[in-house]
Amino acid sequence: MDIYDVLFWGLSVMAVGCALGIILSRNPVNSVLFLILTFFAISGHYILMNAQFLAIVNIIVYAGAIMVLFLFVIMLMNLNADVEPQKGQLVQLAGVISGGVLFLVVLAAIKSARPEAMDRTSTDIGLINNLGRILFTKYVLPFEISSVLFLSAMIGAIVIGKKEHAHEAQKAE
Amino acid sequence: MPVNSTHYLFLSLLLFSIGIMGTLMRRNAIIIFMCIELMLNAVNLLLVAFSRIYGDADAQLFVFFIMVVAAAEVAVGLAIIVMMYRKVHSVDINILNRLKH
Repeated sequence: MDIYDVLFWGLSVMAVGCALGIILSRNPVNSVLFLILTFFAISGHYILMNAQFLAIVNIIVYAGAIMVLFLFVIMLMNLNADVEPQKGQLVQLAGVISGGVLFLVVLAAIKSARPEAMDRTSTDIGLINNLGRILFTKYVLPFEISSVLFLSAMIGAIVIGKKEHAHEAQKAE
Repeated sequence: MPVNSTHYLFLSLLLFSIGIMGTLMRRNAIIIFMCIELMLNAVNLLLVAFSRIYGDADAQLFVFFIMVVAAAEVAVGLAIIVMMYRKVHSVDINILNRLKH
């Protein structure tokens, strides 16, 4: 039981506990905060696995940008009161059972997988130098396509968000 | 027992299952979105673990592409949720049942 194992178990308990907090907390704002904590735990795992650049990107993009977007929407809609109607007990139980059954089935499938030892030596695979070189040589086409995807998502979000105003203006006329 | 690939498989599977349970249990559309993010992150964790085991950087680039798709999905999805909130003043997914009729 060296420092790697201790960190692994600590981060895993944090990730799973916070993930349970997301689905169990009644207040959406608490759910968002729990999800941010989960992302921090996963970033800790990335650092542990020598993927330093990915860990930083995970924090900046997910915890920084996406989660702030979620918080904005929740605050905008004033959902921070516990007004959410709950599903019936039966439906919740069915959800838990379906998730648990999926867990058991995949667990049974991977139980016999051959364990591969984790390489504990430090490598520079996760550094930006190496990742950038591969991204702009081997994966340059997917990179460009994903930029187009981003642009279309941006335009789509603007169009969906603006539609209402145009409609109301038409009605007012 | 030192940490090996099986540990990461179990952790990732556990996070994914929690995401599925949350998606099925909750009625708030925003929470369902967050559970989908959680599932995407479980997959990312597994990709990074295998990138570490096999010393291959390609898996880490796939994580970048998954992040791109997740960010695009969140932008469009939240716009749809805001639109829905403007129409029906609720983010309860059961109200979307009326799309069937």
